[in-house]
Amino acid sequence: MNVLIVVSLGYVLALFTVAFMAERAARSGRIKWLRAPVVYTLSLSIYCTGWTFYGAVGFAVRSGLEFITIYLGPSLVMLGWWWTVRKLVRIGRTQRITSLADLISSRFGKSNLLAVGLTLLAVTGTTPYIALQLQSVTQSYAVFAEASQDGFNQTSQTTTALWVAIGLAMFTILFGTRKLDVNERHDGVVMAIAVEAVVKLIALMAVGIFVVWGLSGGIGPMLEKIGTSEIGMWNVSGGRWAGLTFLSAAAFICLPRMFHVMVVENDDERHLRMASWAFPAYLMLMSLFVLPIAVTGLDLLPTGSNPDMFVLTVPLSQGQNGLAMLSFLGGLSSATSMVIVASIALSTMVSNHIVMPIWLSFTGAGASMSGDVRYIVLLSRRLSIAAVVMLAYFYFVLSGGGSALAAIGLVSFVGVAQALPVMIGGIFWRGATRIGALSGLSIGFVIWIYALFLPSLGVGVVVSEAMMANGPFGLTWLAPHALFGVKGMDPILHCLLWSMLLNSFAFVVVSLCSFPAPLERLQGAQFVNVFDHARSAKEWSSGAAQSEDLMVMAQRILGAREAQSLFGIEAARQGAQGLLPEPTPEFLGVLERELSGSVGAATAHAMVGQIVGGASVSVDDLLAVADESAQMMEYSSKLEAQSTEQRRTAEQLRQVNEKLTQLSVQKDGFLSQISHELRTPMTSIRSFSEILRDSQDMADIDKARYAGIIHSETLRLTRLLDDLLDLSVLEAGRVSLNLSHKSLEDVIEGAISSAGLSDENPLLIRRTPAREDILLHTDVDRLAQVFINVISNAQKYCDADPRQLTIKAFQSKGLATVDFIDNGSKIDPDMRDVIFEKFSRVGETKAGGAGLGLAICREIMTRLGGDIVYLPGQDGTAFRVQFPIICGGQPV
Amino acid sequence: MSKHVLLIEDEPNIIEAVSFLLSRDGYNVSTHSNGHDALEVIEAKQPDLLILDVMLPGRSGFDILADLRGRETGEGIPVLMLTARGQTKDREMAQRIGATRFMTKPFSNAEIIETLNEMSLA
Repeated sequence: MNVLIVVSLGYVLALFTVAFMAERAARSGRIKWLRAPVVYTLSLSIYCTGWTFYGAVGFAVRSGLEFITIYLGPSLVMLGWWWTVRKLVRIGRTQRITSLADLISSRFGKSNLLAVGLTLLAVTGTTPYIALQLQSVTQSYAVFAEASQDGFNQTSQTTTALWVAIGLAMFTILFGTRKLDVNERHDGVVMAIAVEAVVKLIALMAVGIFVVWGLSGGIGPMLEKIGTSEIGMWNVSGGRWAGLTFLSAAAFICLPRMFHVMVVENDDERHLRMASWAFPAYLMLMSLFVLPIAVTGLDLLPTGSNPDMFVLTVPLSQGQNGLAMLSFLGGLSSATSMVIVASIALSTMVSNHIVMPIWLSFTGAGASMSGDVRYIVLLSRRLSIAAVVMLAYFYFVLSGGGSALAAIGLVSFVGVAQALPVMIGGIFWRGATRIGALSGLSIGFVIWIYALFLPSLGVGVVVSEAMMANGPFGLTWLAPHALFGVKGMDPILHCLLWSMLLNSFAFVVVSLCSFPAPLERLQGAQFVNVFDHARSAKEWSSGAAQSEDLMVMAQRILGAREAQSLFGIEAARQGAQGLLPEPTPEFLGVLERELSGSVGAATAHAMVGQIVGGASVSVDDLLAVADESAQMMEYSSKLEAQSTEQRRTAEQLRQVNEKLTQLSVQKDGFLSQISHELRTPMTSIRSFSEILRDSQDMADIDKARYAGIIHSETLRLTRLLDDLLDLSVLEAGRVSLNLSHKSLEDVIEGAISSAGLSDENPLLIRRTPAREDILLHTDVDRLAQVFINVISNAQKYCDADPRQLTIKAFQSKGLATVDFIDNGSKIDPDMRDVIFEKFSRVGETKAGGAGLGLAICREIMTRLGGDIVYLPGQDGTAFRVQFPIICGGQPV
Repeated sequence: MSKHVLLIEDEPNIIEAVSFLLSRDGYNVSTHSNGHDALEVIEAKQPDLLILDVMLPGRSGFDILADLRGRETGEGIPVLMLTARGQTKDREMAQRIGATRFMTKPFSNAEIIETLNEMSLA
């Protein structure tokens, strides 16, 4: 027994040395041989874990040739789908992807929720698998101990498992978290697992060769033996084979540890060339002797022996202790390499997507604390590794290390395979969205947990027997192993079918129904088109093509005119024809500044950089982003329009306020005017009445004169009040028109006779009555009032000698026009509008009016649907009165 | 020697009334009825007392007074301002620019005579 421990420790020590040397070599720059394609290919062999190493034989014993599917899936992926792997690797390298969770969350707009979900999925799916490795190590240890009969039995399996777990955790922490590298490469670890890959291959082949040539006497007899054995029966159920092959292929890509060695640790895409044939070859060699060992084991060992341990027990039973030791080391290699890589991969996820975000949000630490953060990241990685391994250990202890664990390999596969639709969709389908990914993953995860994981813990542990048989709450269609009434299928395939179906369905449908955020769209384009752009980058070497792309982009962002003028100016400055200048650094700087005004500096820089640098985003993608920013600009212009609207409203308010202020001033002015117009006649009246009262010895003629003044001033006051009332009624629009029929001739006739023309200062009226023969239907009294006002104004103000007033009437298009033209002096051009204002007067002569006459005229004409204006270009003062012949009717 | 009063007012009936009153009380009255050339008329006539209406055609009484007070010859003339607008701000304005007395229309005959007498004695 001591020998076994010594050999184990020696082996581990050798691994430490290998890893250590590799690290040292990497540090000193001798990296070439460390990163050879063969190392990469060998590192992929962590696919073959302890479960595969020991379990494949057991699988073969139980299910015959079906075990081949476990090797077939990965081989098909590497042979036929290597371009998918290459795409993953390219994306992983360009995007600096650190884990499966990182890949998918990056693809879908750096969604942390997705990352957390995937981390949980990975931990849930992988922890039992790590436990399985612990089991295989302890089991093999126990087998050895039993064989050597030196009392090892007293040492319980759990203690062994604990020591193995501690040892593995230490190794992983030591070599997995030595440094914090952006690309997460671990030269020591990779080299160690490559060495382990060789060890396990040699071990398995050694056992195989021993079995074939040592025990069976060559290939021929061996084949014969297999032919007669039940295992060798080509007992193929097509669906089951296809299902299992698909499962192992999916797991090969999606297992966190596989993703880690295949994508994260990949140093050079070209390594895939060798891996694409060498890795299937490796798998073939690994599977080559599975059947011989199985058949031989069944032959040699007593019935009831654990077929999972045939690789060990067959050599032991033949007394080949050395071979058995080698085989044990092979199994140890398989188990340890898996645990190491899986715990690195899981700890990266746990630390990056769960621990660090929580720590950062609690401490609020920013990028400025980079030194501390580095330390914290390493610490969190180390703790995560320890936690993952210990979790697996507890799982192992709690599950009792029994046969329940044997099935966990495929259960795990189904779990991690849930990431497949999202991953494949993410790198091939631009329409995939974050919400879609979340939906698909959640549904797949839930189905897996419910229909496979929980039942796999053993009936009665979480899921009761009744529930297994009849479903929850008696809903038989929800029975974990018979979802939707599909009964009788293998639980693995049953769960695989439903989970993948509904997962993919939800992912696709929800993606189709949702819209990607801008970042998602950009990331999607970068992921899906990761190869296209590398090619087109070369085509962009010609300046014109670049300029054209820049132009197209600038037009989208700046608008066609501005972009063209910007490019045109530069082209002219460079002396180039047309609108496409050479993209000189200066011009790019100018363009970038222009763009940054619209989309922000960072985006502008990225856009220009992407086109000029030919990086992984296509012009289409940029335009999509530009369109989005155009939408944003549209939105902001809407906001702007709203604020313009508000400004306009404010301006209107200001104007109204101004008008009110003006009106208030006008009102003050008006009151002051009224006061003046009232007080002036009252002054005369008061003064003359006092004179009459106080003077007894006054001549009668004076008395009569003063009384006359008082009388006329009283009339003036009355007239003023009449006018004011009239005007206020007219202005308030409260006047009701009294419509009637009358000829224009009669109206003018009446107006002239009412105008109070006197003989002492004659005003000759010249008319053409024939042209006044127009039958009006209007408020003829109001119209007459206007005419009277105009005629009496002429009477008052016409300063010619002899004086005359010409009245011309004509009609046109339903409108009657009457011009009043006197031969006196004209009204000053400045005053021609003012005369229609209240209390305005022309000249210095007092004609007894308060200056309200024309204001009233204008109000009346407005009510009649017409107008009164000063008519320029005549021999004297002239007014034109124009109005509809039929009031209220439309002009013809 | 009777005092010379110059009345600048545009309303004919008021001119007649005031002229009548002042003449009867022994003043020598001359009149003028617009604002344009009022200042020149004042300068030319050099009255002992000036009665100045605010709302004159051509130029406001306030402007005329302000100009008058700015001139050497017009500094000392006692001025009675008349206004029909009847607002307190007119009274304040009149005082500020140097009106001797201020009166709102309509006034009583006794009031204007008394005021002028006081002004001529002062």
